[in-house]
Amino acid sequence: MTAARNIARRELRNGFRDGLRGFRVFLACLTLGIAAIAAVGSVREAITEGLAREGATLLGGDASVEFTYRFADDAERAALASLGDVSEIVEFRSMVTVGEDRALTQIKAVDDVYPIYGDLILDPPGPLAATLQGDPPGAAMDPVLADRLGLQVGDMFTLGEKAFRLAARIESEPDNAGGGFDFGPRTLLFTDDLDGTGLIQPGTLYETEYRLRLPEGTDLDAAEARLDQALPDSGYRWRDSRNGAPGIAEFVERLSAFLVLVGLAGLAVGGIGVASAVRAHMVEKTATIATLKTVGAEARTLFTAFALQIGAITALAVVLGVALGAVLPLAFSPIIEDRLPVPAAISVYPLALVEAALYGTLAAALFTLWPLAKAQDIRAAALFREAGGMPAGLPRRGYLIATGVILVTLVAAAAVLSGIPTHTLYTAGGLLAAFLALLATAWATRKAARRLARMDAFKGHTALRTALGSVGGPSGEAAAVVLSLGLGLTVLAAVGQIDANLRAAIQRDLPEVAPAYFMVDIQPDQIDAIRALENDPQVEAVEAAPMLRGIITRINGQDAVEVGGDHWTLRGDRGVTYAEELDEDTKITAGEWWAADYDGPNQISFAAEEAAELGLKLGDTLTVNILGRDIEGEVTSFREVDFSTAGIGFVLAMNPSALEGAPHTWIATIYAEPEAEARILRDIAGDFPNITAIRVRDAIDQVSEILAGVAAAITYGASATLVTGAVVLIGAAAAGTKARTYEASILKTVGASRATILGSFALRWAILGLTSGLVAVFAGAAAGWGVSVFIMDTSFRFAPGSALAIIVGGVALTLVAGIAFAWGPLAARPAQILRARD
Amino acid sequence: MSDTILSLEKADLTLDGNAGPVDILKDITLDVRRGETLGLVGPSGSGKSSLLMVMGGLERATGGKVHALGQDLTAMNEDALARFRRSHMGVVFQSFHLIPTMTALENVATPLELAGHADAFDRAAEELSAVGLGKRMNHYPSELSGGEQQRVALARAAAPRPEILLADEPTGNLDGPTGQTIMDLLFDLNARHGATLILVTHAPDLAARCSRTIRLVDGRLDRQAEAAE
Repeated sequence: MTAARNIARRELRNGFRDGLRGFRVFLACLTLGIAAIAAVGSVREAITEGLAREGATLLGGDASVEFTYRFADDAERAALASLGDVSEIVEFRSMVTVGEDRALTQIKAVDDVYPIYGDLILDPPGPLAATLQGDPPGAAMDPVLADRLGLQVGDMFTLGEKAFRLAARIESEPDNAGGGFDFGPRTLLFTDDLDGTGLIQPGTLYETEYRLRLPEGTDLDAAEARLDQALPDSGYRWRDSRNGAPGIAEFVERLSAFLVLVGLAGLAVGGIGVASAVRAHMVEKTATIATLKTVGAEARTLFTAFALQIGAITALAVVLGVALGAVLPLAFSPIIEDRLPVPAAISVYPLALVEAALYGTLAAALFTLWPLAKAQDIRAAALFREAGGMPAGLPRRGYLIATGVILVTLVAAAAVLSGIPTHTLYTAGGLLAAFLALLATAWATRKAARRLARMDAFKGHTALRTALGSVGGPSGEAAAVVLSLGLGLTVLAAVGQIDANLRAAIQRDLPEVAPAYFMVDIQPDQIDAIRALENDPQVEAVEAAPMLRGIITRINGQDAVEVGGDHWTLRGDRGVTYAEELDEDTKITAGEWWAADYDGPNQISFAAEEAAELGLKLGDTLTVNILGRDIEGEVTSFREVDFSTAGIGFVLAMNPSALEGAPHTWIATIYAEPEAEARILRDIAGDFPNITAIRVRDAIDQVSEILAGVAAAITYGASATLVTGAVVLIGAAAAGTKARTYEASILKTVGASRATILGSFALRWAILGLTSGLVAVFAGAAAGWGVSVFIMDTSFRFAPGSALAIIVGGVALTLVAGIAFAWGPLAARPAQILRARD
Repeated sequence: MSDTILSLEKADLTLDGNAGPVDILKDITLDVRRGETLGLVGPSGSGKSSLLMVMGGLERATGGKVHALGQDLTAMNEDALARFRRSHMGVVFQSFHLIPTMTALENVATPLELAGHADAFDRAAEELSAVGLGKRMNHYPSELSGGEQQRVALARAAAPRPEILLADEPTGNLDGPTGQTIMDLLFDLNARHGATLILVTHAPDLAARCSRTIRLVDGRLDRQAEAAE
């Protein structure tokens, strides 16, 4: 061990004296990979911490109790008041009307206690009560909405059947991040002023929230338990400041987990650079190793010595990467905080850094073990022959097993720490498959190039033939370039294909079948008039269904979440409908639909795919809480529901007699020609001001915008992977300079002009770039197909634009890197180069 | 004058070293006659190989003139020099200097291909057969012995039938019998095709086979030795 340590120390000393020349790519790849993961992890932690710190402000109180479709009754209000101060908020969608102009809005009606925490900033500034006071009553509005309707402060507008005055524009709303996805910009008014609007009617889709200011030091769990005891069957939803914005928190968590996976892909790309660097280093050390063996060093001693040296450099990379990953978010904190929709407490988070260091260390071990293990098999006899690189064949069995163990540990660590184990395993499997495909391609390219170089057709074309000869020749350059660039491009190609398919699914496929409008809050006595729209020649179809909101609380008498887990159908309230007859386009997959005049015990028809995910069987009983009342029914059929067409799709439908008696509204979808959309909206808003019309194209645009943001974040992550790939590529180009200088010198000696030599160099890089790009496109498309079909549940269509960009990009990158390093060899004087080799 | 194939007139070569400029060749004036075999001898570091490189245009003289086949090599740019070598010169080195990513056949065919010969590969195959490597044409340099590699290098140099053949210690890395074979092949080329052979060597017996020998000492021609010759 002492001998090994001494050898390692001497090697390191020489390495540092030389500016770590052979290890620059090693350091850059590992540092970049670790820094990317550490930075993503730090931002994730910053958001988690920010959400926790600002939880009460985001939530609007220490705790929030939400009712769907109704206000709390007196007993419930009393129970809430026993916990602390209460503020009541009502939220629902409606339409703002200004003359002929109409726009969707999300109404938030508050009391004079609002906001409990944080500050509401208005323009012109002033306290809310004083601002809204007056006759006609005032309301504050999101500037986007006011501008869209051309409203100035003081102008009048109508909500439902009542006139309001725009009293202020909302500059900042403290509790606006927690709500998640809203279809309309905000209009803020006092709940008392809703009287006379006609907007809150039986069955209207609205939510009430009771925000609580609890006495300092209140145990949130105990408070929740007390309320549960007092109101066991109220069907409310409890949230507290520990998780003020659960939707956002989950979104951020998931997005950062994906970014970490992209980061790991980057580390894999960097790993190839690391492996190449160690391999090149060990080849250079052949004479040293052979000499040390000649004087009695054992293989184990040599392995330990060089492992210590590589370990020390890995440690340096880890320190640099972690430092960079910690500093980057701090340096860019103003930009990051400005871009994020949620508060972020940017700081140094040791856990995120440790996670990145762990990945980096494991990746370094994984990629360096193989070349290190092979180097110890260099024989002393190498001294007496021209050093021909590393010994052929596999390393010893122990090292193979160790490589496997490190790989499994790395994947397991990522699976556990990312929080999305299935996706991590898919990613790891995909990377491994891409790696093997690239390895096979590199081998096939070499074989093909060798064969092509000998074909008669290429004889006489010296530049092309020497390029093919070089690609097909015995150096390891082709494999290193195809692997590193190919893997980097594969990640980018996969993201490109997924992004293109997502956009296509939303922007191209959906509008072909999507309706023009969704109409909600249609009162039962208004539905016939809406249905009559079908007689309009510009209206293609009108679909309508009764709509209630309910929470599935029990499955076979047991708590639903305990049985079905965290399934989306069990999260909060869902639309529930009733129907006498089965829609003609709907297919029953199991069981039977009830008879037309059925009046027996309640029956349920459930969406087949979701039922399978929940593990539901025919004959199971479900309890649905609708407006605080438990309604139980037996599942008697499963049916196919297509949620992707934006038509009406309900997970849960019951026979009419089960629900008819409950107060409810109707929803309708109207399929109309685009030019008729404005007129239909005008007519309906004029006749029925309480009905809210959601323009489907607007909703689609909003979803597209959010997805574009997600895609951009992931593309940035993937670009970091490509940067690592480029570093490896530059490393490979730089590493080959010596060989190419030698080759150029010989070619000059036998009469080749510089143009011929440059052409040959450019061609060989173009061949490697093209190969990498082609494989990346295929591998990326395969990954894109997998993600589209299995994770996003959409169809996949190959996106040629993205693929072409990857291929052209691949060729361009290799050409730039290759030609940048060609000037040295081209300018070298042959006599000196050749004599130096004598 | 008409039978002078290569001439140097007050040629100098000064290179930049770490400790400042180093004079490698000084005031070399020399005529080489068509078809002769000229041996360049002298102690290590005397400038023999550098002189050979200047003669081949692989190193540009920093002073004086170098003419080959009536053309001024010192006035040519690098590409023009490459084209000139392609048509008129063959070079053989001590360390063979084959392109490692090309097979023996491809190495030999390359200068012919560059010179635009349509039958480059056929001629390269003939040339390799002539040096006894007909069965190893598709081997890479790393798969050949030192002697075999030097025979490939020789075939490559001879294939375009150059008027001038430059050889820099071509047997320096080979054992006695193998070196002997290589030298026989070299002198045979001179005899069969009339190529002017300029040979750098340390071996007195090889120098003795040359029709003329020039000795270099410290970068200068040793006129006394020349006179004695």
